[in-house]
Amino acid sequence: MIKVENLQKTFGSHKVLNGINVVVQPQEVVVVIGPSGSGKSTFLRCINLLETITDGHVLIEEVDITDKSSNINKVREEVGMVFQHFNLFPHKTVMENITLAPLKVRGIPEQQARSKGMELLKKVGLEDKAEAYPDSLSGGQKQRVAIARALAMEPKIMLFDEPTSALDPEMVGEVLEVIKQLAREGMTMVVVTHEMGFAREVGDRVIFMDGGLIIEENKPREIFENPQHERTKAFLSKVL
Amino acid sequence: MDFRFDMIIEYSPYLIKGTLLTIGLSLAGILIGTVLGLFIGLGKMQRRRLLAWPFVWYITFFRGTPLFVQILLIHFGVVPMLIGQTNGIVATIIALSLNAAAYIAEIFRAGIQSIDRGQMEAARSLGMTHVQAMRYVILPQAFKRMIPPLGNEFIVLIKESSLAAIVATPEIMYWGRVMAGKYYRVWEPYLTAAIIYLILTISLSFLLNILERRLKTE
Ligand SMILES: Nc1ncnc2c1ncn2[C@@H]1O[C@H](COP(=O)(O)OP(=O)(O)O)[C@@H](O)[C@H]1O
Ligand SMILES: [Mg+2]
Repeated sequence: MIKVENLQKTFGSHKVLNGINVVVQPQEVVVVIGPSGSGKSTFLRCINLLETITDGHVLIEEVDITDKSSNINKVREEVGMVFQHFNLFPHKTVMENITLAPLKVRGIPEQQARSKGMELLKKVGLEDKAEAYPDSLSGGQKQRVAIARALAMEPKIMLFDEPTSALDPEMVGEVLEVIKQLAREGMTMVVVTHEMGFAREVGDRVIFMDGGLIIEENKPREIFENPQHERTKAFLSKVL
Repeated sequence: MDFRFDMIIEYSPYLIKGTLLTIGLSLAGILIGTVLGLFIGLGKMQRRRLLAWPFVWYITFFRGTPLFVQILLIHFGVVPMLIGQTNGIVATIIALSLNAAAYIAEIFRAGIQSIDRGQMEAARSLGMTHVQAMRYVILPQAFKRMIPPLGNEFIVLIKESSLAAIVATPEIMYWGRVMAGKYYRVWEPYLTAAIIYLILTISLSFLLNILERRLKTE
Protein backbone atom coordinates (compact mmCIF):
# COMPACT_ATOMS: atom_id res chain seq x y z
CA MET A 1 0.00 0.00 0.00
CA ILE A 2 2.75 2.43 1.03
CA LYS A 3 6.35 1.76 0.26
CA VAL A 4 9.03 4.15 1.44
CA GLU A 5 12.54 3.60 0.14
CA ASN A 6 15.58 5.35 1.52
CA LEU A 7 13.62 8.53 2.19
CA GLN A 8 15.81 11.52 2.94
CA LYS A 9 14.90 15.08 3.75
CA THR A 10 17.05 18.09 4.46
CA PHE A 11 15.94 21.59 5.41
CA GLY A 12 18.75 23.81 4.21
CA SER A 13 21.77 22.12 5.72
CA HIS A 14 19.79 20.40 8.46
CA LYS A 15 19.29 16.71 7.71
CA VAL A 16 15.99 15.62 9.20
CA LEU A 17 15.37 12.21 7.62
CA ASN A 18 18.38 10.00 7.08
CA GLY A 19 17.07 7.20 4.91
CA ILE A 20 13.75 5.74 6.00
CA ASN A 21 12.53 2.39 4.72
CA VAL A 22 9.00 1.29 5.51
CA VAL A 23 6.36 -0.88 3.91
CA VAL A 24 2.76 -0.52 5.04
CA GLN A 25 0.39 -3.31 4.08
CA PRO A 26 -3.27 -2.76 3.23
CA GLN A 27 -5.44 -2.52 6.37
CA GLU A 28 -2.40 -2.23 8.57
CA VAL A 29 -2.22 0.29 11.41
CA VAL A 30 1.32 1.54 11.90
CA VAL A 31 2.00 3.70 14.94
CA VAL A 32 5.03 5.98 14.90
CA ILE A 33 6.55 7.05 18.21
CA GLY A 34 9.71 8.90 19.11
CA PRO A 35 11.03 12.01 20.82
CA SER A 36 10.08 15.48 19.65
CA GLY A 37 12.18 16.62 16.71
CA SER A 38 12.98 13.09 15.57
CA GLY A 39 11.34 13.66 12.19
CA LYS A 40 7.97 11.94 12.69
CA SER A 41 5.91 14.78 11.26
CA THR A 42 8.31 15.30 8.40
CA PHE A 43 8.12 11.59 7.58
CA LEU A 44 4.33 11.72 7.52
CA ARG A 45 4.26 14.91 5.47
CA CYS A 46 6.58 13.40 2.89
CA ILE A 47 4.08 10.60 2.33
CA ASN A 48 1.65 13.04 0.71
CA LEU A 49 4.28 15.48 -0.48
CA LEU A 50 3.43 18.32 1.86
CA GLU A 51 7.21 18.43 2.04
CA THR A 52 9.39 18.07 -1.02
CA ILE A 53 11.47 14.92 -0.88
CA THR A 54 15.23 15.40 -1.00
CA ASP A 55 16.08 11.85 -1.99
CA GLY A 56 14.58 8.39 -2.08
CA HIS A 57 11.18 7.15 -3.18
CA VAL A 58 7.64 6.98 -1.84
CA LEU A 59 5.22 4.66 -3.60
CA ILE A 60 1.50 4.81 -2.91
CA GLU A 61 -0.27 1.83 -4.43
CA GLU A 62 2.65 1.31 -6.83
CA VAL A 63 2.62 4.96 -7.96
CA ASP A 64 5.94 6.68 -7.33
CA ILE A 65 4.88 10.10 -6.04
CA THR A 66 8.45 11.39 -6.23
CA ASP A 67 8.30 10.87 -9.98
CA LYS A 68 7.70 14.26 -11.63
CA SER A 69 5.14 12.78 -14.03
CA SER A 70 2.78 11.48 -11.35
CA ASN A 71 -0.22 13.63 -10.50
CA ILE A 72 0.23 14.55 -6.87
CA ASN A 73 -3.28 15.95 -6.50
CA LYS A 74 -4.71 12.60 -7.55
CA VAL A 75 -2.49 10.84 -5.04
CA ARG A 76 -3.53 13.22 -2.27
CA GLU A 77 -7.18 12.46 -2.99
CA GLU A 78 -6.43 8.90 -1.89
CA VAL A 79 -4.44 9.86 1.21
CA GLY A 80 -6.31 11.62 4.00
CA MET A 81 -4.42 13.61 6.60
CA VAL A 82 -5.38 14.72 10.09
CA PHE A 83 -3.28 17.42 11.74
CA GLN A 84 -2.39 18.17 15.32
CA HIS A 85 -4.06 21.58 15.11
CA PHE A 86 -7.12 20.40 13.14
CA ASN A 87 -6.76 23.04 10.44
CA LEU A 88 -10.50 23.29 9.90
CA PHE A 89 -11.60 26.08 7.54
CA PRO A 90 -12.95 28.70 9.99
CA HIS A 91 -15.01 30.56 7.38
CA LYS A 92 -17.04 27.47 6.53
CA THR A 93 -19.61 25.50 8.49
CA VAL A 94 -18.88 21.96 9.60
CA MET A 95 -20.86 20.62 6.67
CA GLU A 96 -19.09 22.93 4.21
CA ASN A 97 -15.74 21.87 5.62
CA ILE A 98 -16.63 18.28 4.87
CA THR A 99 -18.18 18.77 1.45
CA LEU A 100 -15.78 21.34 -0.02
CA ALA A 101 -13.23 18.92 -1.44
CA PRO A 102 -15.76 16.32 -2.67
CA LEU A 103 -17.63 19.11 -4.49
CA LYS A 104 -14.67 20.95 -5.96
CA VAL A 105 -12.14 18.17 -6.43
CA ARG A 106 -14.30 15.14 -7.15
CA GLY A 107 -17.11 17.17 -8.67
CA ILE A 108 -19.91 15.14 -7.11
CA PRO A 109 -23.41 16.67 -6.83
CA GLU A 110 -24.23 18.81 -3.79
CA GLN A 111 -27.06 16.59 -2.61
CA GLN A 112 -24.88 13.51 -2.62
CA ALA A 113 -22.01 15.31 -0.91
CA ARG A 114 -24.29 16.51 1.87
CA SER A 115 -25.86 13.14 2.54
CA LYS A 116 -22.41 11.58 2.63
CA GLY A 117 -21.34 14.39 4.96
CA MET A 118 -24.27 13.70 7.25
CA GLU A 119 -23.40 10.02 7.32
CA LEU A 120 -19.84 10.86 8.32
CA LEU A 121 -20.98 13.30 10.99
CA LYS A 122 -23.13 10.54 12.48
CA LYS A 123 -20.13 8.29 12.44
CA VAL A 124 -18.08 10.76 14.48
CA GLY A 125 -21.08 11.60 16.67
CA LEU A 126 -21.62 15.19 15.55
CA GLU A 127 -24.71 15.13 13.35
CA ASP A 128 -26.21 18.01 15.34
CA LYS A 129 -23.23 20.26 14.50
CA ALA A 130 -23.57 20.28 10.71
CA GLU A 131 -24.41 23.99 10.51
CA ALA A 132 -22.08 25.13 13.31
CA TYR A 133 -18.86 27.00 12.65
CA PRO A 134 -15.58 25.48 13.83
CA ASP A 135 -14.97 28.27 16.35
CA SER A 136 -17.99 27.14 18.35
CA LEU A 137 -16.67 23.57 18.77
CA SER A 138 -14.46 22.06 21.44
CA GLY A 139 -11.06 20.70 20.48
CA GLY A 140 -12.26 17.13 20.49
CA GLN A 141 -15.22 18.03 18.30
CA LYS A 142 -12.96 19.93 15.90
CA GLN A 143 -10.69 16.96 15.51
CA ARG A 144 -13.61 14.64 14.87
CA VAL A 145 -14.84 17.01 12.15
CA ALA A 146 -11.33 17.02 10.68
CA ILE A 147 -11.41 13.24 10.54
CA ALA A 148 -14.83 13.30 8.88
CA ARG A 149 -13.54 15.87 6.40
CA ALA A 150 -10.64 13.65 5.42
CA LEU A 151 -12.90 10.60 5.16
CA ALA A 152 -15.28 12.44 2.83
CA MET A 153 -12.75 12.01 0.04
CA GLU A 154 -12.96 8.24 0.64
CA PRO A 155 -9.21 7.87 1.01
CA LYS A 156 -7.52 4.51 0.99
CA ILE A 157 -4.94 5.64 3.51
CA MET A 158 -5.22 7.92 6.54
CA LEU A 159 -2.29 9.75 8.11
CA PHE A 160 -2.60 11.13 11.63
CA ASP A 161 -0.03 13.55 13.02
CA GLU A 162 -0.43 13.65 16.79
CA PRO A 163 -4.21 13.96 16.52
CA THR A 164 -4.72 14.28 20.27
CA SER A 165 -1.69 16.32 21.33
CA ALA A 166 -3.50 19.67 21.21
CA LEU A 167 -6.50 18.40 23.16
CA ASP A 168 -7.49 18.76 26.78
CA PRO A 169 -7.10 15.36 28.47
CA GLU A 170 -10.82 14.75 28.80
CA MET A 171 -11.25 14.99 25.02
CA VAL A 172 -8.51 12.59 24.00
CA GLY A 173 -10.72 9.54 24.42
CA GLU A 174 -13.49 10.62 22.05
CA VAL A 175 -11.00 11.19 19.23
CA LEU A 176 -9.09 7.97 19.80
CA GLU A 177 -12.40 6.12 19.81
CA VAL A 178 -13.13 7.36 16.27
CA ILE A 179 -9.67 6.30 15.10
CA LYS A 180 -10.11 2.88 16.71
CA GLN A 181 -13.39 2.49 14.89
CA LEU A 182 -11.62 3.23 11.60
CA ALA A 183 -9.01 0.61 12.43
CA ARG A 184 -11.73 -1.96 13.04
CA GLU A 185 -13.21 -1.13 9.65
CA GLY A 186 -9.89 -1.97 8.05
CA MET A 187 -8.57 1.49 7.14
CA THR A 188 -4.86 1.58 6.37
CA MET A 189 -3.34 4.10 8.75
CA VAL A 190 -0.10 5.66 9.87
CA VAL A 191 -0.52 7.32 13.25
CA VAL A 192 2.06 9.50 14.98
CA THR A 193 1.13 9.66 18.65
CA HIS A 194 2.33 9.89 22.22
CA GLU A 195 -0.62 7.81 23.42
CA MET A 196 1.16 4.60 24.26
CA GLY A 197 -1.99 2.86 25.43
CA PHE A 198 -3.54 3.53 22.05
CA ALA A 199 -0.41 2.30 20.24
CA ARG A 200 -0.51 -0.93 22.19
CA GLU A 201 -4.20 -1.49 21.67
CA VAL A 202 -4.67 -0.49 18.04
CA GLY A 203 -1.26 -0.70 16.38
CA ASP A 204 -0.37 -3.71 14.28
CA ARG A 205 3.17 -2.46 14.31
CA VAL A 206 5.04 0.25 16.18
CA ILE A 207 7.91 2.20 14.69
CA PHE A 208 10.32 4.02 16.97
CA MET A 209 12.08 6.94 15.31
CA ASP A 210 14.99 8.98 16.58
CA GLY A 211 17.36 11.36 14.81
CA GLY A 212 15.64 10.91 11.46
CA LEU A 213 16.06 7.14 11.47
CA ILE A 214 13.89 4.17 12.28
CA ILE A 215 15.67 2.71 15.27
CA GLU A 216 13.35 -0.17 15.90
CA GLU A 217 10.06 -1.57 14.65
CA ASN A 218 8.04 -4.44 15.95
CA LYS A 219 4.70 -5.63 17.23
CA PRO A 220 3.49 -3.31 20.02
CA ARG A 221 3.88 -6.02 22.67
CA GLU A 222 7.47 -6.67 21.68
CA ILE A 223 8.46 -3.02 21.54
CA PHE A 224 6.87 -2.08 24.83
CA GLU A 225 7.82 -5.18 26.80
CA ASN A 226 11.06 -6.10 25.22
CA PRO A 227 12.74 -3.15 23.46
CA GLN A 228 16.02 -4.10 21.81
CA HIS A 229 17.78 -0.78 21.52
CA GLU A 230 19.14 1.49 24.22
CA ARG A 231 17.51 4.54 22.70
CA THR A 232 14.13 2.82 22.58
CA LYS A 233 14.49 1.79 26.20
CA ALA A 234 15.50 5.30 27.24
CA PHE A 235 12.54 6.83 25.39
CA LEU A 236 10.01 4.35 26.71
CA SER A 237 11.23 4.71 30.27
CA LYS A 238 10.41 8.40 29.99
CA VAL A 239 6.95 8.10 28.51
CA LEU A 240 5.52 4.93 30.03
CA MET B 1 -15.11 87.94 9.91
CA ASP B 2 -17.32 87.97 6.86
CA PHE B 3 -17.76 84.61 5.17
CA ARG B 4 -18.86 84.98 1.57
CA PHE B 5 -21.41 82.28 1.00
CA ASP B 6 -22.34 83.97 -2.26
CA MET B 7 -18.95 82.89 -3.67
CA ILE B 8 -19.63 79.29 -2.82
CA ILE B 9 -23.12 79.49 -4.27
CA GLU B 10 -21.77 81.05 -7.44
CA TYR B 11 -19.26 78.23 -7.81
CA SER B 12 -21.49 75.43 -6.61
CA PRO B 13 -22.19 74.01 -10.11
CA TYR B 14 -18.43 73.64 -10.63
CA LEU B 15 -17.87 72.27 -7.17
CA ILE B 16 -20.55 69.65 -7.79
CA LYS B 17 -18.96 68.67 -11.09
CA GLY B 18 -15.58 68.64 -9.39
CA THR B 19 -16.91 66.41 -6.63
CA LEU B 20 -18.34 63.99 -9.16
CA LEU B 21 -15.01 63.92 -10.95
CA THR B 22 -13.18 63.30 -7.69
CA ILE B 23 -15.53 60.41 -6.97
CA GLY B 24 -15.00 59.08 -10.49
CA LEU B 25 -11.21 59.36 -10.30
CA SER B 26 -11.17 57.69 -6.90
CA LEU B 27 -13.44 54.86 -7.99
CA ALA B 28 -11.36 54.24 -11.10
CA GLY B 29 -8.19 54.28 -9.00
CA ILE B 30 -9.70 51.93 -6.45
CA LEU B 31 -10.99 49.44 -9.02
CA ILE B 32 -7.97 49.38 -11.32
CA GLY B 33 -5.58 49.61 -8.37
CA THR B 34 -7.23 46.67 -6.63
CA VAL B 35 -7.14 44.37 -9.65
CA LEU B 36 -3.59 45.40 -10.48
CA GLY B 37 -2.61 45.17 -6.82
CA LEU B 38 -3.85 41.59 -6.50
CA PHE B 39 -1.89 40.66 -9.60
CA ILE B 40 1.28 42.38 -8.38
CA GLY B 41 0.92 40.98 -4.87
CA LEU B 42 0.64 37.44 -6.22
CA GLY B 43 3.57 38.19 -8.53
CA LYS B 44 5.72 39.25 -5.62
CA MET B 45 4.87 36.09 -3.69
CA GLN B 46 6.14 33.76 -6.39
CA ARG B 47 8.63 31.20 -5.23
CA ARG B 48 11.00 31.88 -8.11
CA ARG B 49 12.93 34.96 -7.10
CA LEU B 50 13.77 36.06 -10.61
CA LEU B 51 10.12 36.20 -11.65
CA ALA B 52 9.19 38.05 -8.47
CA TRP B 53 11.88 40.66 -9.06
CA PRO B 54 9.94 43.02 -11.40
CA PHE B 55 7.04 43.08 -8.95
CA VAL B 56 9.32 43.84 -6.04
CA TRP B 57 10.79 46.78 -7.96
CA TYR B 58 7.40 48.01 -9.03
CA ILE B 59 6.32 48.22 -5.40
CA THR B 60 9.62 49.77 -4.35
CA PHE B 61 9.36 52.48 -7.00
CA PHE B 62 5.75 53.48 -6.44
CA ARG B 63 6.00 53.45 -2.67
CA GLY B 64 9.39 55.10 -2.64
CA THR B 65 8.65 58.16 -4.79
CA PRO B 66 6.09 60.94 -4.19
CA LEU B 67 2.75 60.66 -5.95
CA PHE B 68 3.28 64.29 -6.94
CA VAL B 69 6.32 63.31 -8.97
CA GLN B 70 4.55 60.27 -10.41
CA ILE B 71 1.65 62.40 -11.62
CA LEU B 72 3.98 64.85 -13.35
CA LEU B 73 5.98 62.05 -14.98
CA ILE B 74 2.84 60.34 -16.19
CA HIS B 75 1.07 63.52 -17.27
CA PHE B 76 3.95 65.10 -19.21
CA GLY B 77 5.86 61.95 -20.09
CA VAL B 78 3.88 58.73 -20.27
CA VAL B 79 0.46 59.91 -21.48
CA PRO B 80 1.77 61.98 -24.41
CA MET B 81 3.85 58.96 -25.41
CA LEU B 82 0.73 56.80 -25.39
CA ILE B 83 -1.91 59.08 -26.95
CA GLY B 84 0.11 61.88 -28.51
CA GLN B 85 -1.20 64.65 -26.22
CA THR B 86 -1.61 65.42 -22.54
CA ASN B 87 -4.84 64.54 -20.78
CA GLY B 88 -5.21 65.34 -17.12
CA ILE B 89 -7.98 62.85 -16.37
CA VAL B 90 -6.19 59.95 -18.05
CA ALA B 91 -2.93 60.83 -16.34
CA THR B 92 -4.60 61.09 -12.94
CA ILE B 93 -6.35 57.75 -13.28
CA ILE B 94 -3.16 56.04 -14.39
CA ALA B 95 -1.08 57.62 -11.63
CA LEU B 96 -3.61 56.92 -8.88
CA SER B 97 -4.12 53.32 -10.04
CA LEU B 98 -0.44 52.50 -10.38
CA ASN B 99 0.36 54.13 -7.06
CA ALA B 100 -2.51 52.49 -5.18
CA ALA B 101 -1.66 49.12 -6.75
CA ALA B 102 1.73 49.14 -5.04
CA TYR B 103 0.17 49.65 -1.61
CA ILE B 104 -2.71 47.28 -2.31
CA ALA B 105 -0.26 44.60 -3.47
CA GLU B 106 1.38 44.75 -0.05
CA ILE B 107 -2.02 44.61 1.65
CA PHE B 108 -2.91 41.49 -0.33
CA ARG B 109 0.43 39.88 0.38
CA ALA B 110 0.22 40.59 4.09
CA GLY B 111 -3.39 39.34 4.16
CA ILE B 112 -2.59 36.10 2.41
CA GLN B 113 0.53 35.47 4.45
CA SER B 114 -1.35 36.09 7.67
CA ILE B 115 -3.44 32.97 7.04
CA ASP B 116 -2.05 30.00 8.94
CA ARG B 117 0.09 27.67 6.83
CA GLY B 118 -2.03 24.76 8.04
CA GLN B 119 -4.97 26.03 5.99
CA MET B 120 -3.12 25.59 2.72
CA GLU B 121 -1.79 22.23 3.85
CA ALA B 122 -5.21 20.97 4.85
CA ALA B 123 -6.65 22.06 1.51
CA ARG B 124 -3.82 20.48 -0.46
CA SER B 125 -4.01 17.27 1.57
CA LEU B 126 -7.64 16.98 0.43
CA GLY B 127 -6.49 16.94 -3.17
CA MET B 128 -7.17 20.58 -4.03
CA THR B 129 -4.82 22.28 -6.46
CA HIS B 130 -2.94 25.38 -5.37
CA VAL B 131 -5.43 27.54 -7.27
CA GLN B 132 -8.45 25.82 -5.71
CA ALA B 133 -6.95 26.14 -2.24
CA MET B 134 -6.34 29.84 -2.82
CA ARG B 135 -9.78 30.45 -4.19
CA TYR B 136 -11.90 28.51 -1.70
CA VAL B 137 -9.80 28.53 1.45
CA ILE B 138 -7.10 31.20 1.59
CA LEU B 139 -8.50 34.23 -0.23
CA PRO B 140 -11.94 34.30 1.44
CA GLN B 141 -10.25 34.38 4.83
CA ALA B 142 -7.54 36.80 3.75
CA PHE B 143 -10.12 39.13 2.22
CA LYS B 144 -11.82 39.73 5.55
CA ARG B 145 -8.53 40.73 7.12
CA MET B 146 -7.74 43.01 4.19
CA ILE B 147 -10.84 45.17 4.52
CA PRO B 148 -9.55 47.58 7.21
CA PRO B 149 -6.20 48.28 5.51
CA LEU B 150 -7.87 48.42 2.09
CA GLY B 151 -10.36 50.93 3.49
CA ASN B 152 -7.46 53.01 4.74
CA GLU B 153 -5.84 52.91 1.34
CA PHE B 154 -9.07 53.94 -0.39
CA ILE B 155 -9.40 56.92 1.92
CA VAL B 156 -5.82 57.94 1.23
CA LEU B 157 -6.56 57.61 -2.46
CA ILE B 158 -9.57 59.94 -2.31
CA LYS B 159 -7.49 62.56 -0.56
CA GLU B 160 -4.50 62.21 -2.83
CA SER B 161 -6.64 62.58 -5.92
CA SER B 162 -6.53 66.29 -5.02
CA LEU B 163 -3.00 66.36 -6.43
CA ALA B 164 -4.63 66.07 -9.85
CA ALA B 165 -5.34 69.80 -9.62
CA ILE B 166 -1.73 70.53 -10.52
CA VAL B 167 -2.21 69.01 -13.97
CA ALA B 168 -5.46 70.96 -14.48
CA THR B 169 -7.82 68.06 -13.90
CA PRO B 170 -11.07 69.84 -12.95
CA GLU B 171 -11.78 68.02 -9.68
CA ILE B 172 -12.62 69.58 -6.31
CA MET B 173 -9.25 71.11 -5.53
CA TYR B 174 -8.91 72.52 -9.04
CA TRP B 175 -12.10 74.56 -8.59
CA GLY B 176 -11.04 75.52 -5.11
CA ARG B 177 -7.86 77.01 -6.52
CA VAL B 178 -9.75 78.76 -9.32
CA MET B 179 -12.06 80.37 -6.74
CA ALA B 180 -9.14 81.36 -4.56
CA GLY B 181 -7.36 82.91 -7.52
CA LYS B 182 -10.36 84.84 -8.71
CA TYR B 183 -11.42 86.37 -5.38
CA TYR B 184 -8.11 86.34 -3.49
CA ARG B 185 -9.88 84.55 -0.66
CA VAL B 186 -8.56 81.64 1.40
CA TRP B 187 -11.20 80.37 3.78
CA GLU B 188 -14.19 80.00 1.48
CA PRO B 189 -12.62 77.85 -1.25
CA TYR B 190 -10.31 75.71 0.87
CA LEU B 191 -12.69 75.15 3.76
CA THR B 192 -15.38 74.17 1.29
CA ALA B 193 -13.02 71.73 -0.38
CA ALA B 194 -11.99 70.33 3.00
CA ILE B 195 -15.60 69.76 4.00
CA ILE B 196 -16.40 68.00 0.72
CA TYR B 197 -13.40 65.67 1.17
CA LEU B 198 -14.44 65.04 4.74
CA ILE B 199 -17.94 64.07 3.64
CA LEU B 200 -16.52 61.69 1.04
CA THR B 201 -14.07 59.99 3.39
CA ILE B 202 -16.53 59.72 6.27
CA SER B 203 -19.12 58.17 3.93
CA LEU B 204 -16.59 55.63 2.74
CA SER B 205 -15.53 54.74 6.31
CA PHE B 206 -19.17 54.31 7.18
CA LEU B 207 -19.78 51.93 4.26
CA LEU B 208 -16.65 49.95 5.10
CA ASN B 209 -17.71 49.64 8.72
CA ILE B 210 -21.04 48.19 7.65
CA LEU B 211 -19.32 45.74 5.32
CA GLU B 212 -16.86 44.70 8.00
CA ARG B 213 -19.58 44.12 10.55
CA ARG B 214 -21.65 42.14 8.11
CA LEU B 215 -18.73 39.87 7.23
CA LYS B 216 -17.93 39.36 10.88
CA THR B 217 -21.37 38.04 11.76
CA GLU B 218 -21.49 35.76 8.73
N1 LIG C 1 9.91 23.67 7.56
C1 LIG C 1 11.00 23.38 8.28
N2 LIG C 1 12.13 24.08 8.10
C2 LIG C 1 13.26 23.80 8.82
N3 LIG C 1 13.35 22.82 9.70
C3 LIG C 1 12.25 22.07 9.93
C4 LIG C 1 11.03 22.30 9.24
N4 LIG C 1 10.12 21.40 9.66
C5 LIG C 1 10.75 20.64 10.58
N5 LIG C 1 12.04 21.03 10.74
C6 LIG C 1 13.02 20.42 11.66
O1 LIG C 1 13.04 19.06 11.40
C7 LIG C 1 13.22 18.34 12.60
C8 LIG C 1 12.15 17.28 12.71
O2 LIG C 1 10.91 17.90 12.86
P1 LIG C 1 9.56 17.10 12.92
O3 LIG C 1 9.45 16.22 11.76
O4 LIG C 1 8.48 18.09 13.14
O5 LIG C 1 9.74 16.23 14.24
P2 LIG C 1 8.69 15.53 15.18
O6 LIG C 1 7.36 15.55 14.48
O7 LIG C 1 9.22 14.15 15.40
O8 LIG C 1 8.67 16.32 16.44
C9 LIG C 1 13.20 19.34 13.72
O9 LIG C 1 14.52 19.58 14.13
C10 LIG C 1 12.60 20.56 13.09
O10 LIG C 1 13.16 21.71 13.68
MG1 LIG D 1 5.57 16.46 15.01
